[in-house]
Amino acid sequence: MSGMPAQPGRRRFLQSGGALTLAFVLPGRAIAAPGEGPLPGSLNKAPWLDAWIRVGADNRVTVYTGKAELGQGIKTALLQLAAHELRLDPGRMMLVTADTRQTPDEGYTAGSNSMQDSGAALRHAAAQVRGLLQERAAVHLKAPAASLLLSNGVFRTPSGQRVSFGELVAGADQHVRATTAPAPPAPVAPGTPKYSGISLPRIDIPAKVAGGLAYVQDLRLPAMVHARVVRPPSQAARLLGVDTAQVLRMPGVLEIVRDGRFLAVIADEEWRAVKAATALARATRWEAPATLPAGRDLASVVRAIPAEPETVLARGAPGASGTTLRASYTRPFQLHASIGPSCAVALLEEGRYTVWTHSQGVFPLRSALAELLGAPEQAIDCIHMEGAGCYGHNGADDAAADAALLARAFPGVPVRVQWMREEENCWEPFGPAMVVDVQATLGANGAIVDWRYEVWSQPHNTRPGKAGNLLAATHLARPFAPPRPKPSPQPQGSGDRNALPYYLIPNARVVHRFQPQGVFRTSAVRSLGAYCNVFAIESFMDELARAAKMDPVAFRLRHLSDPRAIETVRTAAAKFGWDAYKRTPRRGRGFAFARYKNLAAYCALALEVEVALDTGFVRIIRADAAVDCGEVVNPDGVRNQIEGGIIQSASWTLLEKLRFDASGVTSQDWAGYPILRFNQAPEALAVHLLDRPGQPFLGTGEAAQGPAAAAIANAVADACGFRVRDLPLDRARMRTYAVS
Amino acid sequence: MTRYQLQVNGKPHEVDVDADTPLLYVLRNDLKLNGAKFGCGLGQCGSCTVTVDRQPVMSCLLPVSMVGGRAVRTVESGGTRWVPGAVLRQAFTEEQAAQCGYCIAGMIMRATALLDHVREPTDAQIRAWMQPNLCRCGTHMRILRAVRRAADALTAAPARKKR
Repeated sequence: MSGMPAQPGRRRFLQSGGALTLAFVLPGRAIAAPGEGPLPGSLNKAPWLDAWIRVGADNRVTVYTGKAELGQGIKTALLQLAAHELRLDPGRMMLVTADTRQTPDEGYTAGSNSMQDSGAALRHAAAQVRGLLQERAAVHLKAPAASLLLSNGVFRTPSGQRVSFGELVAGADQHVRATTAPAPPAPVAPGTPKYSGISLPRIDIPAKVAGGLAYVQDLRLPAMVHARVVRPPSQAARLLGVDTAQVLRMPGVLEIVRDGRFLAVIADEEWRAVKAATALARATRWEAPATLPAGRDLASVVRAIPAEPETVLARGAPGASGTTLRASYTRPFQLHASIGPSCAVALLEEGRYTVWTHSQGVFPLRSALAELLGAPEQAIDCIHMEGAGCYGHNGADDAAADAALLARAFPGVPVRVQWMREEENCWEPFGPAMVVDVQATLGANGAIVDWRYEVWSQPHNTRPGKAGNLLAATHLARPFAPPRPKPSPQPQGSGDRNALPYYLIPNARVVHRFQPQGVFRTSAVRSLGAYCNVFAIESFMDELARAAKMDPVAFRLRHLSDPRAIETVRTAAAKFGWDAYKRTPRRGRGFAFARYKNLAAYCALALEVEVALDTGFVRIIRADAAVDCGEVVNPDGVRNQIEGGIIQSASWTLLEKLRFDASGVTSQDWAGYPILRFNQAPEALAVHLLDRPGQPFLGTGEAAQGPAAAAIANAVADACGFRVRDLPLDRARMRTYAVS
Repeated sequence: MTRYQLQVNGKPHEVDVDADTPLLYVLRNDLKLNGAKFGCGLGQCGSCTVTVDRQPVMSCLLPVSMVGGRAVRTVESGGTRWVPGAVLRQAFTEEQAAQCGYCIAGMIMRATALLDHVREPTDAQIRAWMQPNLCRCGTHMRILRAVRRAADALTAAPARKKR
């Protein structure tokens, strides 16, 4: 439970279990000079090999990553990369993830960046460790390094002498700085299996299908107590009074914690905590002003929020002549809506906090908790354990703050907090509502000659780092103010992520109207602004193709020059059978393409929908996605991510909208916030991978959401003859359009 | 607190809990079984699905006092005579039918109840039967394939043919 304070980069590694330490530093080998040039991925921030890879005297290899498993399969992919470079069976390797005591600080597990950040770092580090071991083996075996063969942790000479990894590191110091020099090619013995580029089964799945300890929700510590928080009816509500006497008499109630508007109860049993929190909620009196802009047109609500316009693209000159089209698109507030509410366990013992959390960023969370608790960072350990899928900045960090505050109020035993469903729905940071205005001009030849695009968006990043980013901190008697949110600059972007068209357009202007203070607390939902921007751009591309009297796929190809983009588009169209498509009543086809952030994975999607206009029910019949994400480490892992991205986006696109009245959120449960069920899942869904061995990794967790939304909208337009530009395309909206 | 005798995964258990405690909390906290998950506490998502006398039940809604001597099964169980738990777990593993996996134990238990009653379900039957359980990651296609795979495996198994 306790551990060494972190600073893995500086710590001399002393591993338990008798493993240890040899100097990898060989005579005549220069340690990389600082400023030698960038190292791959996160090695730049943590340039010591033993921060990533440690070889035990027992031949076991431990791999460290600052990234966290979110259900995206990152643990398996990262382990595969290290195993492949070391040519070592991954079953003989351990993986430690996101833990402030042990792993490198890789910031957040977000933005589909884990393969670029951690994958590239680990691959390079593992190759260097292998190279150093090979040199060491050559000395040990008195044989030329080039003559050695490696198989499953053992180097062999042609004459059959052998030495294992474990023997080579006995007594050695592994604290060696990484260099930019490429390691020599792996001296692979014939028959050694490869571990990258193949679909190894996910290492996290066995526990998940068998009821193993898989989630922070499953963590059961000795003497652990259970807490529930009683939230205000809305962020603007004021606590007038609370009568705690009756609740304190309830069986099992150990403590009521009140600090300003932060109100919680701690009990010996979980169900007793739930009951006590319900009773405590009834015993409170609130003043809740009805200030939310309920019942108003969403686009006008968003446009009315003060904005800071920034021109993020200004190419060519406006005013080209031709046929001009205009359209506006909207996206409502949406929820992460994790299937399991946020949870954390915290313990304050002998002045040290230990927090088990499903936060996407244990290091930034630790900074925020240090400020919140008034404790030094060195006195706080944040340990990642999986939660239910989060898809961005959900309640994970806030639950960790709840647990830490309650551990401070009830020290000496672990305090477990799990949010209730209505708490998750009402208090997680929402995905911001957005509005897009776009206008384009088609020249005489049917090509786009001018493009103007404006996107209004509230913050997509209010993640911790500061105490004021933690929900409970804003409710304390002496509250922490949320820091002023900032948009992420291009090329990553936030509200303007993917707002720049990837198409060849000579004159283009894109404005991001960032709105720092929105209606609700908002933050990162999977793909940030790319979901709405790709929905808008790719819907509009279909509208332009129609005006140009061109096939939508051909129209896109006409405006693309990147060969990888072109191949992705062609592959999706071909696999779907775009050109041979036979039209049937009530059905339509749709196409969309995007390159995530214009610099990451390519995804094109063709799909067919069926629309029942009497009920408004839209169903995906079949979908074919083509994906180019550079070199593929685990093909099935990529497919799983893309399939999930498409189906989750179908849920957002066909169903999801946060509902609220003047005084608060009314989407409090799955009835008030329906998501996609099996009846709306596609009949068939295929993902076609364009593997690019040797090309940089391009993460896939967020590549499909934008294209899926637009492909659905385009298919609906194709089936119905009218276009819906406001999300979601739910039954009520579809029926309204059908009537008008 | 009241003492209750429960039959869980083929074994008798005694627990001392409040009478209104939902079965879910007893399974997780008293019997230390991780399979059934808290998702909504409202019977809307199915994360907490277990079987009670071979029927799927959302354990977040069922007070422990109402369970009686009925046979409760969770994903940790060895399954039933006709539907060994290993068959479902293996099918879900072979299809890699999980992302975050939080819903999966509930999915497996709901599918178990189907296969325990319907020997050769059609794809449409599987899809309709799974409708009450929510998956947020979008793993639906794989879940459907996993249930199909398990159904086919059971049909092919010798013990099954003797039935």
